[in-house]
Amino acid sequence: MGILTIGCFSSLVGSKSLDFTLKLANAAVDKGHKVNIWLSGNATVLGKNHQKHLKDYSTGEKPVMALLEKGVEVCECEACALARGITKPDAIPGIQWNAMHWYLAKIYSSDRVLHIGGE
Amino acid sequence: MSDITCAFVIQRPPYKSETSTLGFTHAISYQVVEMLLEDGQNVIPTVCMLGEGILNLIKDQKAMENYGVTSIESHGKNGLLVDLDILVCKEDLDGFGISEDRLLDAEEMGADKKLQIVPYAEIQKVMESSNHLLFF
Repeated sequence: MGILTIGCFSSLVGSKSLDFTLKLANAAVDKGHKVNIWLSGNATVLGKNHQKHLKDYSTGEKPVMALLEKGVEVCECEACALARGITKPDAIPGIQWNAMHWYLAKIYSSDRVLHIGGE
Repeated sequence: MSDITCAFVIQRPPYKSETSTLGFTHAISYQVVEMLLEDGQNVIPTVCMLGEGILNLIKDQKAMENYGVTSIESHGKNGLLVDLDILVCKEDLDGFGISEDRLLDAEEMGADKKLQIVPYAEIQKVMESSNHLLFF
């Protein structure tokens, strides 16, 4: 089985790219692949806990917690998160915090990389 | 042990979003990636500036004065300082009417590298030969 690393830069609300990222990751891990997810820019909002699921908006907390339980590594850019007022006590447990070299290191060992831009 | 190559393709204009900044900062982070890799493993980045992305390279940006943020020019200079290969599409420069003397360099910082203005065909070769493509 392969290693897939997904870098996502899109916001949780206002875009479906992050929803797609989570669904793709789930499909890949269910097929036995190893999956890493890097969250940068507006995508770091995904790491915030206590998301309220209003029906008009996407929510990522439950899906990302399910992925963490399946062994998916999820890491968000610490600087991007802090710039958005998200601190570690506010973060979903199990999500890693690191800097951009984490993404490059995961890319190094990946069979495939899917880079989803922020616009 | 081997190297892998990544092309960071920056196409977005400066300041409209943080996209181009993130392109530069992610590429620059190759400097410290070895902390998370084993001996002999390397990530080799090449930054490719295309389309509106070339506008990120205009020198004498006044981002701090006007937007209160670090200029993307400084990210470009830091990229040169850490020996990033930054390729700039000649056809796009010509299309925007931007001459080479209007582009940043990092000579005053002591950088050995300079921007490399090349035909698009050269950038295409880099993208085709890279292990991974990252579009910003």
